[in-house]
Amino acid sequence: MAYLELDRVAKQFGAQTVVDDFSLAVGKGEFISFLGPSGCGKTTTLQMIAGFLDPTRGAIRLEDKDLTAIHPAKRGLGIVFQSYALFPHMTAAENVAFGLEMRKVTRSERTERVRAALAMVGLAGFEDRHPRRMSGGQQQRVALARALVIKPSVLLLDEPLSNLDAKLREEMQIELRQIQRTIGTTTILVTHDQNEAMSLSDRIVVMSQGKIEQIGTPQETYEKPASAFVSQFLGKTNDFAATIDRTATPARLAAGSWSAPAPAGLSGPVTVSIRPERIGFGDAGLNAKIVTRIFQGNHWLFQCDSECGPAIVIRQNDGERQPAEGEAVRLTWRPQDMSVRGVA
Amino acid sequence: MSAAAEERNARAPWALTAPALMLFVGVLLIPLAMTVMLSFHDWGQYKGIEPVFILKNWREIATDPYYAEMFWRTFRVAILTTVLTAVLGAPEAYILNRMSGRWKSIFLLVILGPLLISVVARTLGWALLFGGNNGLVNKLLMSAGLIRSPIPFMFTETGMVVALAHVMMPFMVLSVWAALQRLDPQIENAALSLGAGPITIIRRIIMPQIMPGVLSGAIIVFSLSASAFATPAIIGGRRLKVAATLAYDEFLNTLNWPLGAAVATLLLVALVLIVVGSNALIERRYAEVFR
Repeated sequence: MAYLELDRVAKQFGAQTVVDDFSLAVGKGEFISFLGPSGCGKTTTLQMIAGFLDPTRGAIRLEDKDLTAIHPAKRGLGIVFQSYALFPHMTAAENVAFGLEMRKVTRSERTERVRAALAMVGLAGFEDRHPRRMSGGQQQRVALARALVIKPSVLLLDEPLSNLDAKLREEMQIELRQIQRTIGTTTILVTHDQNEAMSLSDRIVVMSQGKIEQIGTPQETYEKPASAFVSQFLGKTNDFAATIDRTATPARLAAGSWSAPAPAGLSGPVTVSIRPERIGFGDAGLNAKIVTRIFQGNHWLFQCDSECGPAIVIRQNDGERQPAEGEAVRLTWRPQDMSVRGVA
Repeated sequence: MSAAAEERNARAPWALTAPALMLFVGVLLIPLAMTVMLSFHDWGQYKGIEPVFILKNWREIATDPYYAEMFWRTFRVAILTTVLTAVLGAPEAYILNRMSGRWKSIFLLVILGPLLISVVARTLGWALLFGGNNGLVNKLLMSAGLIRSPIPFMFTETGMVVALAHVMMPFMVLSVWAALQRLDPQIENAALSLGAGPITIIRRIIMPQIMPGVLSGAIIVFSLSASAFATPAIIGGRRLKVAATLAYDEFLNTLNWPLGAAVATLLLVALVLIVVGSNALIERRYAEVFR
């Protein structure tokens, strides 16, 4: 049974539809990411769950209770904001204690839980520090501790890592995942960073223009993108125009001079998507010429000009000789590494 | 770089600020010093000002309870005005900050209105509204059933405080508004999500953060009210003097310039001490919010 359920939720501001027909069932303890570019409605959806906005249509249920009927202050959700929204006039401990105070938790229990929460996020000993005297990463941890100390039924994270530098962000991702696994809180993360969504989530909800494009595990959304948008948004990809010829026996799929037995179903013009790291250089396949070759330490990045338009190829730096710029190559890939979509 | 060029560079800032500096010294520091010196001079009905160094004026101010009463009134009016603007202005700024678009601009104009009108015209307007027992304000209050008998506004401290509070309101509202601008827009949602009700949010989250704004507004309002001249002169009249009107009368009516200078100097010193002192206190108390 779904723990948190969004049933055909929509939000309109005036004539503008920001979120439309959003349905999602979140299991207890699951880590879900809303992934999409800015303006895709992911934050609006989060705010509707939090109660800062009311949905125009649809229902939000938590354990089969109508969440929209409950005042935001009574929903008992933990929220970490992009700006952290810490209370600058309170110390770290006072910030974390605020939610417990509102719940009339006794002073002794409060002290104990605040101490434990700060220790959990690695901030033991920072109790009396004011937020403005803390680094971005530390503020982020205080915000997380403040959201978790009230034992929320759902933890909502609104781009919590976007204000951190790259290295710190990676560290926090790992830590966030570990904390979430340990305490098992159902978590929804809003992010525009596909790496973040992939490394943290059990399932990703890819959104575009207020609609869900795909719901799936990180592997599914990466390997089997449901739409051109998903394949473009989640990492680099090559889209080639191809055709399926059902008159031949057996039926064949051809993209330029690359061809393979056709999959069942589609016919006529199609689009095939192949991830750059799944393409190799071979003796047969798509004719291409290397335009630029970029060395990136553990891998090489090739930009090629192929029969089917520009193509990107990533090869592991395995010590083998790599083709030089200007060299003519044949691009090849295994049929199972591509996804085939009909041309809309 | 040669030594000469270095010297020239060192002198450049001085040369560039010299015109402004000279103006500042010429029209502010020198007259101020002369006023302070004047306060030590002697004065007599028939002999006029005598440039000697005596403490007569200062002794008179210190010993005659007439002056003590005057200064107490000055600061009482200033404090009441400050409290009134803070109590009305802080919520006003908060509401204004939450308004959207067009309404915000309209109400901002209403609040800034007093600054756009001449202080004399505005105060005379208040005098018309107060105007004895049949004043519009009293009629309104009585017909609304708030008071039984008319409140004397003209020539009273009550009237002075009301009129001054109106003039000073923009300074308080703008100061609090500036503090509100620094608030994290999500801070109320953060408190809300942690289970705080609207009153708790204002009391525990908003108030402590805008307090520095209220206090710096209070400093402005207090010092402007304590040294205000036009409003106390028109509403208070000749009977109810404050420090500024007293200094004016000594200078222009009694022609006792040295005594007027002593009053003015004392007002200045007292104000500087109060403002600098409270500013230091505020900055220490709210160090975390200011940073």
